[in-house]
This record gives sequence, structure tokens and C-alpha cells, in this order.
Amino acid sequence: MKYAYYPGCSLRGTGRAYEESLLAVFRALEVEVEEIDDWNCCGATTYMSVDELTSYALASRNLALAERDHSEIIAPCAACYLVLNKTQHYIRDYPDIKLVVTRALDAIGLKYHDKVRVRHPLDVLLNDVGPKAIAAKVKVPLNGLKIAPYYGCQIVRPYSTFDDQGDPTSMERLLEACGAKTVHYPLKTTCCGGSQKGTLPEVGLDLIHYLLSEAQKNGAEVITTVCPLCQFNLESFQKEAGDRHHPTAVPVLYFSQLLALALGAPADAIGLQRGFVPIGPVFANKEIAYA
Amino acid sequence: MELKRTVKFEADRDPEFARWISHTVGGERIRHCLQCGLCSGKCPLSLYMDYTPRRLMHLSREGFKEEVLGSSSIWLCTACYACMVNCPKSINVTHLLYALKQRAIEERRYPRRFAIPVMARQFSDMVRGSGRITESWLILRVFLRTSIWRLLGMSGLGLKLLRTGRMPIKRERIQRRAEMEKLLDSVAATRKELAI
Repeated sequence: MKYAYYPGCSLRGTGRAYEESLLAVFRALEVEVEEIDDWNCCGATTYMSVDELTSYALASRNLALAERDHSEIIAPCAACYLVLNKTQHYIRDYPDIKLVVTRALDAIGLKYHDKVRVRHPLDVLLNDVGPKAIAAKVKVPLNGLKIAPYYGCQIVRPYSTFDDQGDPTSMERLLEACGAKTVHYPLKTTCCGGSQKGTLPEVGLDLIHYLLSEAQKNGAEVITTVCPLCQFNLESFQKEAGDRHHPTAVPVLYFSQLLALALGAPADAIGLQRGFVPIGPVFANKEIAYA
Repeated sequence: MELKRTVKFEADRDPEFARWISHTVGGERIRHCLQCGLCSGKCPLSLYMDYTPRRLMHLSREGFKEEVLGSSSIWLCTACYACMVNCPKSINVTHLLYALKQRAIEERRYPRRFAIPVMARQFSDMVRGSGRITESWLILRVFLRTSIWRLLGMSGLGLKLLRTGRMPIKRERIQRRAEMEKLLDSVAATRKELAI
């Protein structure tokens, strides 16, 4: 089966490494994807907070476009994943919203039949491919690399059905299949502050610091994320958060970067050179001989 | 010394506001709130708030509009949904906070040059025009309208992003841009017709 692929705006900007590495993982595991034709912005958390009705119409254009040729969409970005799911729920639950969306789509010659399922790459990799199949294809074992798996909010709450909302474990299972070790990380679903760093910086920096220092304290050599905004916050403001509290130095990668690396993808093809906190020394220390 | 009454009076209530919040999409269950406080306990931002989510639920369903719309909590909420998934009465706390934020923006209850409404406006303009968001341009536009000084302070980060290829200058756009306008105009027309 071929999945519809909905990258979203961040994966074309600050989150480029997420897309590069995820597509490498899909290639290595023979997961076929096709980008949704002429997809638009999902509206994200920002649009939702000014004009919800419009944001449902925006999201539904993508659902309708995907539905023409596919029965499942893969949405890697946390905000996109949430918004597409929420839109489906609200169209089902509220006749007024359904009417607004149906008419808006009609105006651009599209129809939505509620026949497409929105899924996260973690879900697809774990449940459609499976840790065993992944382990069988590992070329560069992660040699016990100690990872703090950080999920953030919007993948697991409120609509996800593939994992626990407070203590998810899908990332652990995938990374452990590649030879990594995961550390105890109770803050794994606590919010990173989202765009708070831009709007109310003091608060944003506090939240970022708690997440980083907890990971470091529990022995993590790297933090893995599933969300472009989480990755950006934890990495780009690590120094600033450290200046405000006490310094930390933990590289922050997308989970897909480590999976792709283990599956034999070359480092510069999966965006490892795009990070700010150098990862090279960590790999050298673990004798991970990546391509 | 300014002395203020600390107990709220029945007369301070705005019944229209109470009606509005309990009829907002997703907010219908607010009347079921037990005031148990699990939302506030789970909220990672509640320790910065003047009114915690539990108090906001109660104040808004009773119609204390001034307190609610003047509260910092509306702007602190990051929509992490911790409150909502833990509510024993299945109240959509996060969606209620969204509704309050929309109302506060509509009524312009925020400080001058406050970044959140500016960001929201710039975001929706960019979607209408291009169909997609180019993060670098969005951030630039927001800071130009809020704080030039902070923009200068961010230039180091900007350079790092440029160097690592994470801040493309080229604007992302969809091909069938006319569809965006038609889609958004249709939403506005139906909204008017249904008065929602």
C-alpha cells in the first residue's frame, strides 16, 4: 500500500532534517509514500486560536486531496497530525462545521468523504513495519547509545490511538530495535512551551531548561524528538536556557535521524550536519561507525 | 495605597458571557466541572498563571468576564492538552482556552505590540496569500511589528539557521493559490449565513 505523505511547512524549513531522515527510513524499509498534490498549511496551533472554522476548512482541503488516491496519510509534524485529526473529529461531531467545510471544498471542486486515516510515522513504523523487521535491517547498531525519548504534547494528546497519552513507549521500542538504550525520562510528554519562547520568552526558557536538565541528569547522551517545534526549542535555545539556569549540552535529534543512521544512510543525507550541538563526539565515544 | 474589594459580587457577573462560553463549540460540558483541580495540577504553565485552569473554568461559567479576559492564563496556554485528557468529566479545557483567546483577540484585550495576536494575524495573512508558511519570513514579520531589538538579538540564531540550510529565503507557495481565496471566502460567507 502507498501512503499519502503530508510534510507540512516546518519540514521544508527549520525541520528539514526530519524530512530528509524520515524519507531515508521509508526508503530503507520499503514504505512507499507519495506527497499530497499541492498540499497547503494545516493552520497549526496559531490559526486554530484566531479562527477555528477557517482552520477546519484549510485542513480539510488536504484531507480531500489525499482521499482521492489514498486511504492513509502519514503526518510527521505534531501540529499537522493534531490538526488533521481534530478536523476529522469536529466534522463528525458538529453539523455546522461539516456544512462550512463541505461548502468551502465545493467552491474549489473537492469532496471529503471521511474515508482517510491520519497516522503518525511512529505508528506506521511500529505497527505496519514492526521492530523485528527493522532490527533485521540494521547495518550500524547504535551500541547502547543512551537516549531520552521526548514526545512532547500533540502527537500523544488528545487524539492519538496508537500509544499511551502520558507514558508512550513507541519511540523506545523502535530505537531499542536499533541497539540503543533509553533512559528513564518522566518528562517525556511535558510541554516544551511551543511558540512561547517567541512570545513570553522567560516562561519558554524555563520549560526548555527543565526538559534538558532532566535528560542530562538521567544520563541521556542524546534527546530524540518527533516534533519540529520541540526539536527547534530544545536545540536552538539550549545556550540561552543554560545561561538563565545552569548549562547543559545535549544534542537533540529527530528519532528518524537515528533510525536512518542505523539503517545505513549516510550522515550528510539525513541532516546530521544541520544540528547546533555537535553529535560527532557522542557517536565516536560509542564507537558508532556510521557512513 | 489602593484598596480593592477582594470578594466578587453577584452584580459583577455578565450573564451573556456565561451563556456564550457554555455554548461555544467544544465547550458544552463546562457546566459539568467538579472543580477537582486535575487540570491545574497537570498544567505545565499553571505555576505562572494568575487564574489557574480550574479557576478559569469556574469564573467563566459564572460570567466573570473581566477577570477571565484580563487573565494572563489565556496567553500562557500552549495547547498541550494535558488538562483535557485528564479531566474526569471530559471537559474540553484546551478548546475552552482557545475560545477565550479568540474572544480576547476579538475584543483587543492585550498590551500594545503583544506578540501573540500579531503572530496570529501574520500567520493567517501568509496562509491566505501563499497557502503555506515560510517560517523565516513569518518570524521576521512578527518581530518587525513587535520588537526590533529582539530581532537584532536573534541575528546570531538566524545566521546559524542560514548556515545549516534551515532557513530558506525562498517563499513556499502552493500552485493553485486562487483556491485559498475561494476556500476562505466560502467559509466567511457560510459563517455569516449561519451566524456562527
